[in-house]
Amino acid sequence: MLNGTTADQSVERTNLRINAVKTCQPIGAMYAALGIHGCMPHSHGSQGCCSYHRSHLTRHFKEPVIATTSSFTEGASVFGGLANLTQALKNIFSIYNPEIVAVHTTCLSEVIGDDIPTIVKRAREEGAIPEGKLVIHTNTPSFVGSHVTGFANMVTSTLKYLAAEPTGETKDQLNIVPGFVEPADMRETKRIADLMGVKTVMLPDTSGVLDGPLDGTYKMYPKGGTQVADIRTMADSMATIALGHFASNPAADWLEAKQQVPAAHLELPIGVGATDAYVEALRAYAPEGKVPEALETERGRLVDLISDMQQYFHNKRVAVAGDPDHVIAMVKFLIELGAKPVYVITGSPGNHYERRVHELLDPIVPDAKIKQSADYYELHQWMKQAPVDLLIGNTYGKYLARVENTPFVRFGFPILDRVGHRFFPSVGYNGGIRLVELMLNALLDHKDRTCAEEWFELVQ
Amino acid sequence: MARQLDILPDRAAQIGRAGEGGSTQPALKAGRHSLAGSVSQRACVFCGSRVVLYPIADALHIVHGPIGCAAYTWDIRGAQSSGSQLFRNSFSTDLQEMDIIYGGEKKLERALRDLIERHQPKAAFVYATCIVGLIGDDLEAVCKTVSAACGIPVLPVASEGFKGTKKDGYRAACESVLKLIGTGDTSKVTKRSINLLGDFNIAGETWVVRSYFERMGVEVVATITGDGRVDDIRRCHGAGLNLVQCAGSMTHLAKRMQDDYGIAFKKISFFGIEDMAAALYETAAHFEDPAIMDRAREVVRDELAAIMPKIREYRRDLAGKRAAVYVGGAFKAFSLVRALRSLDMDTVVVGTQTGDAADYEQLREMCDPGTIIVDDSNPIELAKFCLEKDVDLFIGGVKERPIAYKLGIGFCDHNHERKEALAGFVGMVNFAREVHASVMSPVWNFVPRRASRAAALKEVAS
Ligand code: SF4
Ligand code: SF4
Repeated sequence: MLNGTTADQSVERTNLRINAVKTCQPIGAMYAALGIHGCMPHSHGSQGCCSYHRSHLTRHFKEPVIATTSSFTEGASVFGGLANLTQALKNIFSIYNPEIVAVHTTCLSEVIGDDIPTIVKRAREEGAIPEGKLVIHTNTPSFVGSHVTGFANMVTSTLKYLAAEPTGETKDQLNIVPGFVEPADMRETKRIADLMGVKTVMLPDTSGVLDGPLDGTYKMYPKGGTQVADIRTMADSMATIALGHFASNPAADWLEAKQQVPAAHLELPIGVGATDAYVEALRAYAPEGKVPEALETERGRLVDLISDMQQYFHNKRVAVAGDPDHVIAMVKFLIELGAKPVYVITGSPGNHYERRVHELLDPIVPDAKIKQSADYYELHQWMKQAPVDLLIGNTYGKYLARVENTPFVRFGFPILDRVGHRFFPSVGYNGGIRLVELMLNALLDHKDRTCAEEWFELVQ
Repeated sequence: MARQLDILPDRAAQIGRAGEGGSTQPALKAGRHSLAGSVSQRACVFCGSRVVLYPIADALHIVHGPIGCAAYTWDIRGAQSSGSQLFRNSFSTDLQEMDIIYGGEKKLERALRDLIERHQPKAAFVYATCIVGLIGDDLEAVCKTVSAACGIPVLPVASEGFKGTKKDGYRAACESVLKLIGTGDTSKVTKRSINLLGDFNIAGETWVVRSYFERMGVEVVATITGDGRVDDIRRCHGAGLNLVQCAGSMTHLAKRMQDDYGIAFKKISFFGIEDMAAALYETAAHFEDPAIMDRAREVVRDELAAIMPKIREYRRDLAGKRAAVYVGGAFKAFSLVRALRSLDMDTVVVGTQTGDAADYEQLREMCDPGTIIVDDSNPIELAKFCLEKDVDLFIGGVKERPIAYKLGIGFCDHNHERKEALAGFVGMVNFAREVHASVMSPVWNFVPRRASRAAALKEVAS
């Protein structure tokens, strides 16, 4: 479909993004804010951005996504958004009655240079914010970073506002920053901690918010989400486990630097080793200090599955595209499976990404192409030069997969055309099992569809 | 919950009910900007321009701005092309901090030259986003330079998001298209010819409608913009008549073409049997050619014969069911109210994002007394109205779908995400099938509200 439009030699491009593997900061901030219970995300800018972010999240989660907007007009763009935000806060609290409003900026308000804390302070003085209600904010200029940055910014800012005053008494609990992952992943991350007997506070937590049941009612503020009261205790926790360098480390680092809560920097627990690392980190704080049998068994099942099927992954050339934390974790898992990640891109900027993937791949696939701030167009050119056996990426990867007739697994954000991500985790041992199944199905379905008659086999 | 279902006080002027107070009731205050702080379903100027122009398939479309504006409009609309697929790529200048400080003109120029050389498009559209309006890049100048250097029309679209509503985006799009019109050779265009304005070929709808006119012996010069081609648009001023569907987006273009080229236009709709047939007859009448009128009748007769048995089947189940309609433009709302009526369904809630006072007056006249009429709504309101009127079906766009489902209400997407042609006669069957499938889905038996209603009915029966 997009074939005719893709040249097969690489051209250096510095002025142009074609078919991006990233989007803008505010959507990440909006997603993070939805993971706070009773929270109304607020987009301080023109109404278009807000509408786009909500639609995009709705297409991914197939759930209602609420957020309000300052509805900038030309006037606001010249004189600043003070009046708009004040009016907005008044309206939001009087009608939608949230516990907390999480403001993020947009390109527009960033360039205008609106000073949100000052505006909010004045709004409070004017009585626009009812007693006991909270307003927090983060800055999310889209010409810096990507949606992952926006997520990290919102989580960090939430802590700055709400976990500013430790009691000084350490609480028997761990903080977890789960990364820009699915509600199902957050659920699984908590379940594993539960199995270990470790008490946790997870921020944000969109499980129970964006995977709600159909019960005949429409709730603006579903049951899930991290309670504000719990967030307040995060400065008193024993430690913070950050899952993912880009989405989660900034929040954990702030807690460590400012509140002396030690941070453990982990990668997303995808695959055997990364999940082991997560379990290990939990074990240090587990009351019994050991891993329960149930979890050992889950691990054993994943390893068993891989051993049953490793021959199909051996030396398979794989292309991975997505958000940096996801891609790093996926590369590690592919190495465990015996596959060869040959093209590894992310749309987000970030030197840590390239450094880390090189560290992982240089000993095994020295000629792998690894790139930050890349796009699908470039990946497609590489695939035309030397094809791959499997492509892993978000929904947009389907254009490449179709043209190149390449087996394709959807992974990451956004997924606009399938449903599995809404229910099944990718993290943890069980998540690993699911990913192996997805990859194996993609590879074997492709073989069954395309191989010569004599190679068509009943048993695999 | 009761508290949450209040209506914003400032919004009261944007909500009305048919049959109340008659003409003494003040007109709905429409066309204003969304209230700051409301969960508005509305989009921006850029969005309006982008959806209107992007189906021009052999043009290059590049979004000048930070990445988001481009990312969210990447191939979301399902507008189909019979040839070039160039328009389905997402081209963006992905402005970075340095560009914001020093300006993005150079970057845009290089990007345009590079892309035009590589893809050889027939024309290029350059969309402005909010940021561009702020940093003051001179799109006109860049476009002029590149156009002169590359020899194709390079057209700026003044679509800075904050400069109004989606409707202003339609107008900006029309202005850009106007610059193409009148630049092609019309010597081969016949007298009995039309342009189709405001159909975007979602799920192949332009193809359906186009075929009717061709069967009538009417030449279709340009489809603007569904399955659109630059060369067709350049010569479309030779056509005898403009048909404007989705009046909100393209009336401006039709008016300008009337002024500049003396081409008459008619506002029509391709949704629903009545409207579709009327569109064909009006066109035939315009050309004052009995042979065309005869063939129009033939087309309508043949098409109806093919679809009526099926529709009757669906209607049996759907009669008396209630519907809520919330769509972008008022013209579509009119058509939907009529189409639902032809399925014997009642429209009890109807709203639009961009209607004006006259539109709402017309809706008020069309609908039964008590029908709720609303301008620029939000989810809380919509949910409240749906429950109050106990509707069986919601017709809306992407953001309304999950809300409807959460309430246990069937849904039909009449917006970007429809997957089947809903225009034309065949579209009416598709529409009826979709509505039927969703309203009659067994899943609603598991929804508390519906289940208890079913139980109550059973009790009454026994
Ligand atoms: S930045 Fe402006 S143009 Fe872009 S989506 Fe937002 S409102 Fe629309
Ligand atoms: S990139 Fe900026 S302007 Fe565009 S949608 Fe995102 S926040 Fe809005």
